[in-house]
Parts: sequence; structure tokens; C-alpha cells
Amino acid sequence: MRIARVLLSSQYAYMLEYRAEIALWTLSGVVPFIMLALWSQVDASGANPGELGLNRLQLGRYFLSAFIVRQFTIAWVVWAFEEDALQGRLSHALLQPLHPLWRYLAAHLAEQATRLPFVAVLVGLFFLLQPDTVWLPSLPQALTALVAIWMAFAIHFLLQSAFATLCFWSERASALERLLYIPYLFLSGLVAPLEVFPPAVRAFALWTPFPYMIAFPAQLLSGNPLTFSGGFAAMALWIALLLPLVALLWKAGVRRYSAMGA
Amino acid sequence: MSEHGLGVLLDWGTGLTNRAECLPCPRRLAARIASNDQATSLPMPIVCAERLSKTYRVSQKQPGLGGTLRHFFWRRSRLVEAVREISFSIEPGEMVGFLGANGAGKTTTLKMLSGLVYPSGGNLLVAGHSPQRRQASFLRNITLVMGQKQQLIWDLPPLDSFRVNAAVYGLDERETKRRINELAEMLELGEELTRPVRKLSLGERMKAELLAALLHRPSLLFLDEPTLGLDVNAQARVRTFLADYNRRHGATVLLTSHYMADITALCPRVLLIHQGGLFYDGSLETLTQRLSPCRLVRLELKTPLPASAFSSYGQVEAIDGREVKLLIARDQLTGVVARLLGNLEVLDLEVADPPIEDVIGQLFQRGVVQ
Repeated sequence: MRIARVLLSSQYAYMLEYRAEIALWTLSGVVPFIMLALWSQVDASGANPGELGLNRLQLGRYFLSAFIVRQFTIAWVVWAFEEDALQGRLSHALLQPLHPLWRYLAAHLAEQATRLPFVAVLVGLFFLLQPDTVWLPSLPQALTALVAIWMAFAIHFLLQSAFATLCFWSERASALERLLYIPYLFLSGLVAPLEVFPPAVRAFALWTPFPYMIAFPAQLLSGNPLTFSGGFAAMALWIALLLPLVALLWKAGVRRYSAMGA
Repeated sequence: MSEHGLGVLLDWGTGLTNRAECLPCPRRLAARIASNDQATSLPMPIVCAERLSKTYRVSQKQPGLGGTLRHFFWRRSRLVEAVREISFSIEPGEMVGFLGANGAGKTTTLKMLSGLVYPSGGNLLVAGHSPQRRQASFLRNITLVMGQKQQLIWDLPPLDSFRVNAAVYGLDERETKRRINELAEMLELGEELTRPVRKLSLGERMKAELLAALLHRPSLLFLDEPTLGLDVNAQARVRTFLADYNRRHGATVLLTSHYMADITALCPRVLLIHQGGLFYDGSLETLTQRLSPCRLVRLELKTPLPASAFSSYGQVEAIDGREVKLLIARDQLTGVVARLLGNLEVLDLEVADPPIEDVIGQLFQRGVVQ
């Protein structure tokens, strides 16, 4: 517990040194708001408004929720890990009796805490501009959504960690991680709610981890009707699959580590 | 030149390798540890390496656009033997220096000993553990300091990094404070510990790095160029600190440095590594004597003389007016000095070993050329 407390507080202090950068990162995550404007236009110009499966209010709440979920599920292990490996900092972490991934986890959580006020300001602004979308989730709803957000973050963190371990084989694991970006963007529900996908694409998406990283927690948070079941079970399954995968890749990878930057 | 350089060392290497082979091999050592064998009065080596090797695969690329395209479509790589079957053992509390030119294999050896890199072959036992398994009980006992790599958090004061390290190693707050004070006093660190690391000078940063690396009081220190880039005063302070730490805590220190002053001040024993192989294992003094069969005689004469006047005494190293430096074979030293004093008007005479930096430097140069 003391390690967790000290790691989190030192990482939080570190993140505060970069608060301006984090504010910019928060701002750069407004894709859902842009998509909201776009889909609202599409919906309004259609013959039957609401045919997207969500009414204007639901659409607004969904994209606001998607924005919030994204802010607290972003993972960047692969970039940090790659830089540390290339600069030789990883060597120090490997020689301490604490798995290096714990440090990255602490850094992510500290970064989320730093983001929180900026996200709150943007949410406030959104409500100011669209007062009819204001809603307050019930306590059970909020708690369920919170758990879903944590699990979504766990999936994203583990996925990135799996790619980060590829640094032991390749100097540019972050380039490989880019392979995830397009499916993440389109299948996660970030650019469009899953309801607007053709049924076959939607069915395919549900076999991937991506809808559980944004769409599922966003639906829970927005209070919109859930359009797919078994979300928590699927999330638990992905975490259960990714954890041993990361452990295996790590074990195999450190054998190859040449401490090149050190 | 190379024949009486590395050639001579190779001969010693044969003898000294036998020394390593006489020691219990890691497997036997491990068995001794497992059976808690107290019968023998021999001290247990803290480091025992037997035929330790490391081979890297290195990709090769020719310069220019053609080379880039070929590299893109058809990657070529070759195996580089960074360390070749070296054997040695180190007793607890020893201070040992690794000597060798750039790329000789010193750092790779340290990385294997600390568990950072998996050996490609051989047996290795450090502090009773296989380092590459990186067990917590092993990691709590060691530290690796790399001169140009830092573990301190760049934008925060060193004290924040110390707090993290203390938590990672399970030190309580009181003990942490006590150790920080003790080490800070030894390293002459004060208010620097509350300044962001990025605002510290290189010397201050290095001292703070040492403090962070030693907070958990390791008994085995791997130091890779710990004084690199520091000015002369800062180097001296780090050296004094390391000697003091070794005395106070009985720690074993393995050190690589390009500054011979670090080695001469700290390490009675040196391991000379060249092109991945171990060429010498013994005292620095013996190494100097073997490498340089001559002694340096510095004369101050009453009147200047030409170089030809000294040809019958020894090899003229330098002449600067009335000052002459001669290299004279060790076994002829007494006779030659007596003749010099008898035949010439000598105001002052000094006998010394040639500077170790020169001797080792020449050896490396010859080795690389070879």
C-alpha cells in the first residue's frame, strides 16, 4: 500500500509539472464532440429523424459520455516504455524489486487525476452550450459506469503493455501499436455509436475488445438503453486473456533485453 | 609491439585462468549454499563466473540510399561475441576494477553480473543467485550505477525519487530519513536535494544518483563509469565516498572507468578485458610492472646535454633543456643510476613507474591495432 501511495503521489507531482501539456491532450480528445455535430446533422437531414436508433438527446449524452470514457481510458504505455528502453531508463526499473509495469500504471492513474479538472471544465462547457442534455446518473448507474471505465482502462492498458513488450524484439514497437488505432477508432464507438453500424460489422466488432473500451461504458454512463448484453463478462474475459499474454511476452522479452541504451 | 603487449598478457591469462578454475564453480557453490555447508573455512565468493559468454546479433547497414533500400528489403545481421568465456571470482568486500578499451566487453559483463542481460553461455552465481532470474532477494542486495544514465525523476527534486526507492525497497520513513542524512553527509549534499534534478549540475546529479542507488544499502555495487564527465574535484569526492562506503559497509565494488585515477585510487585488483576475453586478473601493481619492464628516471642536470650522451644508459623518453627522462630496464636500474650519478653533473634524480594511464593506453592502442 505504501508503494502505491508513494508511487501515485510522486507521479502526480510529476504530472502537475506538465499540467499545460495535459490540458492540451484533454482538448485534443474532443473527437466525440466533432462526431456529435456531424451525426446530429445527418440525423436532422434524414427523412426520419431518430432513425439512427438514438434521439438527439441520447446522441448528445452518448458522445459526451464517450468523451469522458476516453479521457479516463487512454493508455500510452507503449510510447513511454519504448522511450525508456531506448534511453536506458528501463534498465534501472528492471533492477528494482518492483515490476516496471506498476510504475507505468501509477503514471497513468496520476495522469487521469491531473486530467480530471480539465475534463470537468469541458463537461461544464458542454452543458452550458446544450443545457437540455444535462443529466445526472443515479448512484448505481454512476458506480456501474465507473467500474466499466476502470475495466475499459485495464483492457487498453494491457493491450498497450502487450505491444510495449515488443520493444524487446523491435526498436519501434509503437509503430506496430499503430495497427490498433484504426480498428480502435471505428469499432470502439468513438466516431459513431455501434447502433449505426451494419449488423454484420456490429456483430464482428463485438468479438473484438474495442466496443468495450468506449461504447459499453459510454452507454452505461449516458443512461441510454444498452444495445448489447454481456458487456462485463466480455470485459472480464479480455482482461483474463490479456493478463497472461502480457506476462508471457514479458518473460520471453526480458531474456532478449540487451540494455542497448544503457 | 603487440607481441610483448597482449602476447605477454595472454601468457599470464593462462596462469590466472587456472586460478579461477580452482574455485568452486557456480553449481558447486549453489549446492554448498543449498546444503548450508559450513564445514569449509574458505570465504564464499560473492561473484563466481565460469566461462561466461554473451553474443549479440547486430544488424548491418551500408551507408547511402542503396544501402538503405537493401537494408529495407534484405536485412543482414551478424553475431558479435561481446564476452568470450571469461572466468573469475570475487570475494566479499573486494574492490575490483574492470579495464578495457571501448567495446571490450566490460559493460556487458557488468550487465550480466547485475542480471540485466542474459548470458549466452557459461555459469554465473552472484550473491548466491542466478542474476538473470532477478529475484527480489537478489535485487535488494545489488545496485547498478551507470554514469550517463539516470534513475532520478528529471522534473522533481531528488528527495521525491528517494521516497519512491525507499518504498520499493520497503524502508520505513524514519530509516529512510536516517540513511538519506548519512549518505548526504558522506556525499556532501544539502539543499541540492530539494531542487529539481534538471537544475542540478552534472556532479550534483551524479552524487544524487549514487545516493538513490545506495539508499537500500546494497552489499554489491556495479559501477559503470560513475565519474564520467565530472570535473577533477567531483571525481575525487565520488572516489572518497566509494572508498568510505566500502569501509563502512564491507560492500563489494565492481567498477569500470576510463579514468585510471578511479582504478588506482580504489581497486587493488583489476580484470583486464580485451575483445571480450579476460587477459589479466591480478593486482594493478603487478600489471604495471609486467606491462612496463622499465622504470622512468627523471634527471635534472647542471648543463644541458644532447640525446646521444644518454644512449649508453637507456632509452631517452624526453629531453627538455636540463631535464631528461630516461627509460631504464628494471634489472639494470641500480647500476645505471650509479653510473649516471658518477659520470654526469646531476642536480636532482627521481625514479618512478611510467604513468599507468600511458601504459594501459598504449596496450589498448596496440590491441586495437592488432
